[in-house]
Amino acid sequence: MAMNRRGFLKLLAGAGAAGAASVAKPSRASEEFEGYPDRYGVLCDISRCIGCRSCEQACNQVNNLGAPAESFDNDKVFETKRRTSSTAHTVVNKYQKENRPPAFVKTQCMHCDEPACFSACLAKAFDKTPEGAVIWNEHKCIGCRYCMQACPFYIPAYEYDNAFTPRVTKCTMCYPRIKDGGVPACVETCPMDALIFGKRSELITIARKRIINDSEYVDHIYGEHEVGGTSWMYISKQPFEELGFNMHLGTTALPKLTYGYLATIPVMHITLPIILAGFYVISKGRKVSGKDETKGVQK
Amino acid sequence: MSEHTMHTTPREWIRENIFLGKTVGEYIRSLITPFNIIAGAILAVGIPVILYRFLFGLGASTNLSDTNPWGMWLAFDMFFGVAVATGGFIMVVGVYIFGRDDYKSMVRPAILTGFLGYFFAIAGLVIDLGRPWFLPKPFIYFGTASVLFLVAEHLALYLTIQFFEFLPAAVEWLGWRKVRHHLHKIHIALIILGSVLVMGHQSALGAMFLIMPSRLHPLWYSTYIPYLFFASCIAGGLAMLIVESMISHKVFGHQVEASDHEKIHRMTMGLGKAAGYTLFAYFCLKILSMVHGFTWQHLWSGWGAWLGVEVIGFVVLPLWMFTRAVRTDSIKMVRAASIITVLGILVNRFNVVVIGLNWNAPEVYIPHWMEVMGSLTLVTLGVLAFRWVVNRMPVLYRLPEFPDE
Repeated sequence: MAMNRRGFLKLLAGAGAAGAASVAKPSRASEEFEGYPDRYGVLCDISRCIGCRSCEQACNQVNNLGAPAESFDNDKVFETKRRTSSTAHTVVNKYQKENRPPAFVKTQCMHCDEPACFSACLAKAFDKTPEGAVIWNEHKCIGCRYCMQACPFYIPAYEYDNAFTPRVTKCTMCYPRIKDGGVPACVETCPMDALIFGKRSELITIARKRIINDSEYVDHIYGEHEVGGTSWMYISKQPFEELGFNMHLGTTALPKLTYGYLATIPVMHITLPIILAGFYVISKGRKVSGKDETKGVQK
Repeated sequence: MSEHTMHTTPREWIRENIFLGKTVGEYIRSLITPFNIIAGAILAVGIPVILYRFLFGLGASTNLSDTNPWGMWLAFDMFFGVAVATGGFIMVVGVYIFGRDDYKSMVRPAILTGFLGYFFAIAGLVIDLGRPWFLPKPFIYFGTASVLFLVAEHLALYLTIQFFEFLPAAVEWLGWRKVRHHLHKIHIALIILGSVLVMGHQSALGAMFLIMPSRLHPLWYSTYIPYLFFASCIAGGLAMLIVESMISHKVFGHQVEASDHEKIHRMTMGLGKAAGYTLFAYFCLKILSMVHGFTWQHLWSGWGAWLGVEVIGFVVLPLWMFTRAVRTDSIKMVRAASIITVLGILVNRFNVVVIGLNWNAPEVYIPHWMEVMGSLTLVTLGVLAFRWVVNRMPVLYRLPEFPDE
């Protein structure tokens, strides 16, 4: 292609403009997913919970989970530590140390900002919605239960007794309700205001204020940074490690732990065939030239 | 049975090639052997157990729970089964890529073992899945952020490749010359693609645990785990090749050409040497992974003692035995070391997938008898399928009318 001086200058000007435009954008692709900006969450103030289990009851009704084995006002359930199951998407456990008031801890899906279940699923059956809820899609799941193993909080449960359409079950943060402007059923029903629903960023401000204004609080918002941050967060006046919380989860979002390995796979797919083909050519060449020095029995 | 005529009626062909030259009555009578009676008894219980699982669900047939959602069907059939089925990969790469023609007589039995190993591993997975009829869904929705997607994709492709790698033997049995000729043309391409897939999914099976740092015991959790899984699957594949060839030559000895009996000694020693090297590499990686992760501080506990049993009893001991056996030219010791190595892979995979996983949770998983029975049934079916094929197709011997192209 012939090009005169004027054309060349035009081209340079164009390239310069394109360069200037690209400066306005971030100079490097960001690897950090900082979460949907307006995502919701729930702040659970453990010091306010009295263990009435009305949240469990509300959850049971909203999700049509059927009559419970023990009625919701039976305190005997506190004798053992319970976990979430296919018939209870949230459970309250009691922790009592001598000469201390009992503490009640509500457990449910933490709705991680970067959920391990979401990344573990090979059929993309999980969604992290912009509202913050982590939800599961029945029509994609093949039932491998990798999501259950990946969850650091032991939350997803399985309908093992359902032979044909078993489901992975967990708290949805009442996604259908919050999409319509409502709040999760457990939050709505809590008589002690132990649960607050709102924008996650605002909840962190509320939690900080409470911790600053009352020195009895432990100076930690559980879920603010754990496994990269969760939508559901806790503050407490008793040490978290004594209330069944895992304090060793770290602050790295769990899916990130697999990215380094996954990135090596395409590299391997491209380089390994070339290396193997090279070995093939060498060993074939050796045979053709009659210099096969492998010691074994000839074919 | 190597009698192979092209001009027979279908009836004669079936009698010759399916019923091994016997009439149907003679054939059925010939099946009554002690081995078949035991196998039949296992299937008589096991097949109804598998049907029961599909009709009444995982809750009725397994001891799986919300806290321990993975059990024996994954640990044994999938993680262990696939790890010791790499013999086919090792043999085709050794013989056709690196030109070790002296191992050629081992290629076909190795591919057959590999194909059946993978096939029944996937069968175990299908039994374990909650909704196996949705198996194609990952290939519709592409959950590419999942390591398990990589496993699924590579397993499916590699099973197909192993099928094509074994196809020449089946085609020779059927007498299809042209197809045999065309299959030969894609041979090397298949082997290279298959090798990439093996390295991918074997390491990915380990990489599945990278996302579980708080659930897998620190003595087994490591950022090295993909490479530990890959190194151990090569040792397991080599050991399984030695065990498989030992049994094959005892059971199907009459099919093996005389020269192969002499070769088997030399090949066993060679594979034993390779298994020793691989175990040494695995041992170094394991030590490095613990130094790298500062996990040696967990050694002074019951878990540490159990890891000691795994590493000293099932890695260091067979490693020493392989070394000693190669020096003293003892085929017996190579075979004993191989059996220990295969058992070692079993112990390691159970430690990672069941015992060390959710180690700090209060619930302990012990397999239901139906889970044990289901796994035993799949192994039995695999052995029967191997025998059925070996008795008919040119696996342990080669047909004179189909020389290597």
